[in-house]
Amino acid sequence: MKNKAPKSASPATSLPRCPTGIQGLDEITGGGLPQGRPTLICGGPGCGKTLFAAEFLVRGATKFGEPGVFMSFEETEAELKANVASLGFDLAGLVRRKKIVLDYVHIEPSEIQESGEYDLEGLFVRLNHAIDSIGAKRVVLDTLEALFAGLRNEAILRAELRRLFRWLKIKGVTAVITAERGHGQLTRHGLEEYVSDCVILLDHRVYEQLATRNLRVVKYRGALHGTNEFPFLISSEGISVLPITSLGLNHKISSERIGTGIPRLDAMLGGRGFFRGSSILLTGTPGTGKTIVAANFANAACQRGERTLFFSFEESPNQIIRNMQSIGLRLEPLVKRSLLRFHSARPSLYGLEMHLATMFKEIAEFKPRVVVIDPITSLMDAGSDTECRGMVTRLVDYLKARQITTLFTSLTQGGHVLQQSEASMSSLMDSWLLLQDLEGNGERNRVLYVLKARGMAHSNQVREFLISDKGIDLVDAYIGPHGVLTGSARVAQEALEKAEVLASQQDAASRKRVLERNRTALERQISALRCDYEAESVELRCIDEQVGTSTRVLTTERAASGILRQADVKKTQVKLGNGNGKS
Amino acid sequence: MKTKSARRQRWSAQLWQLRLYVAGETAKSMTAFSNLEKFCESHLNCRYRITVIDLVKQPHLAKDAQILAIPTVVREMPKPVRTIIGNLSDTECVLAGLNLLAAD
Repeated sequence: MKNKAPKSASPATSLPRCPTGIQGLDEITGGGLPQGRPTLICGGPGCGKTLFAAEFLVRGATKFGEPGVFMSFEETEAELKANVASLGFDLAGLVRRKKIVLDYVHIEPSEIQESGEYDLEGLFVRLNHAIDSIGAKRVVLDTLEALFAGLRNEAILRAELRRLFRWLKIKGVTAVITAERGHGQLTRHGLEEYVSDCVILLDHRVYEQLATRNLRVVKYRGALHGTNEFPFLISSEGISVLPITSLGLNHKISSERIGTGIPRLDAMLGGRGFFRGSSILLTGTPGTGKTIVAANFANAACQRGERTLFFSFEESPNQIIRNMQSIGLRLEPLVKRSLLRFHSARPSLYGLEMHLATMFKEIAEFKPRVVVIDPITSLMDAGSDTECRGMVTRLVDYLKARQITTLFTSLTQGGHVLQQSEASMSSLMDSWLLLQDLEGNGERNRVLYVLKARGMAHSNQVREFLISDKGIDLVDAYIGPHGVLTGSARVAQEALEKAEVLASQQDAASRKRVLERNRTALERQISALRCDYEAESVELRCIDEQVGTSTRVLTTERAASGILRQADVKKTQVKLGNGNGKS
Repeated sequence: MKTKSARRQRWSAQLWQLRLYVAGETAKSMTAFSNLEKFCESHLNCRYRITVIDLVKQPHLAKDAQILAIPTVVREMPKPVRTIIGNLSDTECVLAGLNLLAAD
């Protein structure tokens, strides 16, 4: 148990406090009980009044150096020592070391005759002697009401009790007076009218077969205090009160990011996973793979060398280890290296507070950096809604204050009210992943969304969640005109798309071939035409040459015939020009 | 009848040892002391011894004797031990409580 030094909220105005050392109580009362004044603890039988008182004394003697006197009217010294030994308090040792004085006041009405007036000076003398013998600062009177059974003259008794409380105040000791709960009033004999500084009510009630102890500070004169009912429990380490939000919202925060063990999921969370010290809620219907994601997360943490505590409320450790082997996660070596620790308990094993206290204890012992709670909803059955919400708040606070990253899995029934029913819890969480079954085409497929992730960019897309013997894989779900397709529908759609592409490719190729063919034909035509053209031009040239040759021949022949006729060449030439048409 | 008177003989022959627990010389204590002496004188005829214990001076005795109220008279002898608290102003009670009538 840690020594929570009392720190008054406003030292100048508030009363001096006497720390009780009872876990949680000093936080509710702002530092402890009013110092130097009596405090009344009332409650029904079996709600822990005597233990409360005993712990107050023992903690005072061992932790705060304040010796104490335990004046018991019901249990003998031997009984008392034996009873508190079960909480690990060594009362006998403290008595030997003169840290605590036990004084059993024996009252047996049948042995005492009353005759005339008396007072309780004897009690005062005893108390005074006990206080002075060890310099006690704390006094417990358990249970003063036994006096009412032992002494018949109530008028004297009441006057003496009034004097006793005044005397205790003058003596300057912090006193705890226990009293039995009465009908219609706090105590059976109205002790509350004498003790007006601080009244604490203990209560033990059974709700749906589960017993819960509650503590409430009814009155604390001159000080602010938590007025709520706080569950408390008696464990092997004494009493611990569980304040809901004693720590407030002032945890240290970290911007360090840690991976989830699923690379694609990290990618969905801005590429780097969750913030360290954040609380993550993983919601899903049965069989969507919550435990697998959780185990992956735990495995990843262990691989980083971080201690991980796995609270399982449904499966035994061996079962989880076996099941995870089927997807290729080997957790057993991690357990052996004591990096991973399992804590399995049935939710109905004990009440919610006890679960919480056990978890706190485990966490304090193992000092993990990552905690998995699988599933938190199982615990929800162990108490009413309000209690559960309070418990989750406390748990989240506790873990956040220690910078422990926590993954809560949450089982929901049915797909429609899913997000609504979790709303109350989700507001406590920093990140919220949703695993869901999509039904269609005669099959169920798992999909994963990131519903929220405070303080980081995250994907808004649905991913199909595949579990194989190699682990988890996230696949882009097919999103098309017909909605989200998963599983075989997605595969079919993908095949269909592939076929379409292939078909269009083939189509293009054939069109290309046709065009090629046309082009070749055209080219052939072009070359044929070119041949014709060539041939014709050759012919043309031939004609030209023939014409030239025949003209020349004609001319030379005329000249030759002229010579033969012995005509003047010049004349003949002129005549030839004139008579060309005639010939 | 004979046995009864014999027992009474033995009873009355014993020395009565009485302790009166007080806390300082208060009015109640003084009254208690004088009342006790008066009863013893009239019923026990010198066969008694009263020890006055002042718890202010000897506070540790209070725990051992289981003293709660003041004044307290404890009849140590004859056995059994009897305890009366108060200033002994109620004669009947004292006589019955200490069984003084039997000592006559």
